[in-house]
Amino acid sequence: MSHSVLILGATSAIARATAVAFAKGGAALFLASRDEEELQRIAADIRLRYGVVVNHGLFDAEATDTHVSFFNSVVAAMPNLSGVVLAFGYLGDQQAARDFKVGAKVIACNFTGAASILSHCANHFETLQSGFIIGISSVAGDRGRQSNYVYGAAKGALSLYLQGLRNRLYKSGVRVITIKPGFVDTAMTYGLPGLFLVASPQSIGERIVAALGKSADVVYLPWFWRYIMLIIKNIPEFIFKRMKL
Amino acid sequence: MIAHGQGRSYGDAALNENRHVLLTERVNRLLEFDAADGILRAEAGTTLAEILPVIVPKGWFFPVTPGTKFVSLGGCVAADVHGKNHHHEGSFGDHVLAIELILADGSRVACSPSERKELFWATVGGMGLTGIIGEVTIKLIPIQSAYMIVRNHSADSFEQLYQLLQSPSNDDRYTVAWIDSMASGAQLGRGIAMSGHHAAMEELPANFHRSIKSGRRHSIPFDFPAWGLNSLSISAFNSRYYKKEGGRRYLFLSGYDSYFYPLDAIANWNRMYGKRGFVQYQCVIPDASSFEGIRKLLEALADSRRPSFLAVLKRLGPQGSGLMSFPMAGYTLALDLPIRDKGLFALLNKLDEIVLQHGGRVYLAKDARLSPESFRAMYPSYAEWLKIKNAVDPQNRFSSSLSRRLRIGESA
Repeated sequence: MSHSVLILGATSAIARATAVAFAKGGAALFLASRDEEELQRIAADIRLRYGVVVNHGLFDAEATDTHVSFFNSVVAAMPNLSGVVLAFGYLGDQQAARDFKVGAKVIACNFTGAASILSHCANHFETLQSGFIIGISSVAGDRGRQSNYVYGAAKGALSLYLQGLRNRLYKSGVRVITIKPGFVDTAMTYGLPGLFLVASPQSIGERIVAALGKSADVVYLPWFWRYIMLIIKNIPEFIFKRMKL
Repeated sequence: MIAHGQGRSYGDAALNENRHVLLTERVNRLLEFDAADGILRAEAGTTLAEILPVIVPKGWFFPVTPGTKFVSLGGCVAADVHGKNHHHEGSFGDHVLAIELILADGSRVACSPSERKELFWATVGGMGLTGIIGEVTIKLIPIQSAYMIVRNHSADSFEQLYQLLQSPSNDDRYTVAWIDSMASGAQLGRGIAMSGHHAAMEELPANFHRSIKSGRRHSIPFDFPAWGLNSLSISAFNSRYYKKEGGRRYLFLSGYDSYFYPLDAIANWNRMYGKRGFVQYQCVIPDASSFEGIRKLLEALADSRRPSFLAVLKRLGPQGSGLMSFPMAGYTLALDLPIRDKGLFALLNKLDEIVLQHGGRVYLAKDARLSPESFRAMYPSYAEWLKIKNAVDPQNRFSSSLSRRLRIGESA
């Protein structure tokens, strides 16, 4: 049976690539984001190219009080919803560390918003005793660095949340996968200094869908980031605090 | 600023030294496809390669296609590209029903042959200098199969080849001639005229499936050394090709991919030319003086002893409505010339002179070195185009390396 997948934050490059990879396998989709016009364009494109059913609707991660009704509308449109991909995120800028108004938005989007919508998804799949939740976190959440620790903290919290959720839903047969991408060629990273080994969104999207067929719970993309982060996580703090990362 | 789609122009049309380019690679969504009427609307960054797998299985094809499918719709409009069927179907712009254009003031306007038609025909062939093309709506042609019926005729002199291209009995929907650019003396201009059309169902053996799988894409992994392509190796290749392809006088079947896009099968084929690369020179000479003009060009090329890896001759139909469009009724010659030294550019200036003497013009989408004066002599509608450009972009915000080199935007 083909999947029916909700994609949250569907207008990002990684999300679009993930939606395409699902559509190639014949999955029906529900694309959700804040940008109605972009959603319409992406939905039309995927329908024409792959001939699958594509629904779309407005979703704002920070407007947590709208999440229940939003999720109900998704289930109404796709009663056989089989999985969710959480792809929204907000990088913010250097100001996030100095100005809490900016930092609060980073946390509200990447963590609070994610925890809110995931709670509804988790309850739904727990009742069904099936389904999957794929959360796109970040390697930035593996260790706090001076350059983006507010984003890193929010993504790190998301990784922990997904870990707990995986533990809770294991007995219900619900798969929870944490994706930790490294540098990807997207609007979020475009023009940032110091990028290396940048992956294409297409390859990330394909691997996200491929992860469903494998057993790993935490997937670094591309794979070598597991080893880069292994080294970074193992640098003793008394050295790490002196480094410019 | 200038829009940059796939960057497949051979020259500097999509480059903008020390200025901004707007990458449209991800502005590539298909928006509407009416499979009953063959009308497609898509964002301008969409490539022909992305569209073909959607339209071919539904029985549709591009009315006009250039020699590579790795080009964007926006680029096809901006360069008003043509194919092997210009003498029958005109150029790409003739089949565009509408475009969305983003102007210098940020507004988005619809243009078509009936709405804002002056701006439309200034944008078709306008090299991206009137604005950013946002969307393109195009009328496709119906096909019955994904196959082509092809026929080759060899000609052992230029005179014979020219006659082959002229004769209606050898013509087909698509006709093009390959010239052995290394042949000289009595064999100067020998080549093969290749004609073809989309196969109708009754022309196909029953066991031929409707769709075709693309072949594997080979790739050239590194720049060839400079000596890789030389007079000797090109001569040898050309002679072999002439004998092999010239011998295929019977009708044969070809998939649309290998028929229209042979070079697309080899990724990074440009690396064959080594680090110094190559220039493509494509010009058209109007009908009346075309035989004389093309022969002089071939002679100048042969005299220069500079090898051209590829030489292609095509017939073009009447000039379209695009003010800066390249095609005009006559014959077009395209040459791929490896860059060995500066002497090549002296030769190309000489070719410009021959083209001008015969009332022809050079194709801007391929050009990297034309002079502002020659450009003005070759494109007499430039003054009219400039009025429209100045009306929509008075501060000349859309410019490219090509436009500054040719002083496009400055007085006629």
